[in-house]
Amino acid sequence: MKKRWLVSAVAAMALSSGVQADDGAGVYAFDKEGSHQFVMFKISHLGYSWLYGRFNEFEGQFSFDAENPAASSVNVTINTDSVDSNHAERDKHLRSEDFLFVDEFPQATFQSKRITIDEDGDEADIVGDLTLRGVTREVTLEAELIGHGEDPWGGYRMGFEAETELELADFGIPMDLGPVSQTVEMIISIEGVRQ
Amino acid sequence: MPLKNTSTRFGLVNVILHWGVALAILGLFGLGYYMVDLSYYDPWYRTAPHIHRSIGILLLLVMVFRLFWRLVNPTPEPLPSHQRWERFAAHLTHGVLYLLIFVALVSGYLISTADGSAIRVFNWFEVPSLTGRVRGMEEIAGDIHYWSTWALVALALLHALAAIKHHMFDRDETLRRMCGLAPRS
Repeated sequence: MKKRWLVSAVAAMALSSGVQADDGAGVYAFDKEGSHQFVMFKISHLGYSWLYGRFNEFEGQFSFDAENPAASSVNVTINTDSVDSNHAERDKHLRSEDFLFVDEFPQATFQSKRITIDEDGDEADIVGDLTLRGVTREVTLEAELIGHGEDPWGGYRMGFEAETELELADFGIPMDLGPVSQTVEMIISIEGVRQ
Repeated sequence: MPLKNTSTRFGLVNVILHWGVALAILGLFGLGYYMVDLSYYDPWYRTAPHIHRSIGILLLLVMVFRLFWRLVNPTPEPLPSHQRWERFAAHLTHGVLYLLIFVALVSGYLISTADGSAIRVFNWFEVPSLTGRVRGMEEIAGDIHYWSTWALVALALLHALAAIKHHMFDRDETLRRMCGLAPRS
């Protein structure tokens, strides 16, 4: 009985020391293959409900610097024609000149410029350049580190979820959806696999 | 006017089909052109596409009947005064018009049903999606719909100009016959 307890304790120590030994530093690619990545948007419909949509095709990488988290970085490239709000006619409209104008601007990109980490180390403000519909503006993503560690298949993963709000007009989107629908909330939720 | 065609005259059914389809196509084109630029809060923003889809489906049914009617009726002989090249050009135009009408109608149907949803026809009945969800099909179908409808209206204009030319300048029976009128003596 005592012996078994000892074995478990040693195993637990080995496990925890293993995790501590790996601080998660490294370069990560978004898990596109396993689709553990989501870019979603949310906009008010008439002020009565939320409309959710997503972009199905995008890729990105981030680097995580454990010693100096502020030196971390992230970039994302989205294929705008992959917009999907679960309604073919609406998606067709979203791809048109009234909204994303995907023929002219097939990609949207985000490139981080500086990152500020909060005291607990699990939340960050990621400031970067967002290029959407040909307009580049500085935006701040409010990011949360969800977790990181070894996966069951021999890899190492780290996941974040981040949000920001955009004014449609700031990116030259001409369609007027009404006074309560001027702002769209973007949510990016990703898991990176360390390379 | 008899209901069915004879070898020299169009019957009432054919006359109504011809002018009804012409009216529906021009109406659909005008409505489609108008509705895509409506603002979001316009009272017609939802109604105009609903009417456009509903009439489009009904027109598809009418066109299927029109093909059937064509099969079970004699087509009046060309007027003797028409040249060989005129007959050839007219038949070619008619064939392409038929083709464009079907392409336009089917591509329109495929836009609305690309997400697997059905089309409600004036709240009378529903036409289900035949394809189920096909990602991105609305874009391809949309491009085909756009170009086929413009081509259709352009060719219909040529068809109408030719009819007017026969009526005004050649002073023959082409247009009168399509209206079901008896020959001028």
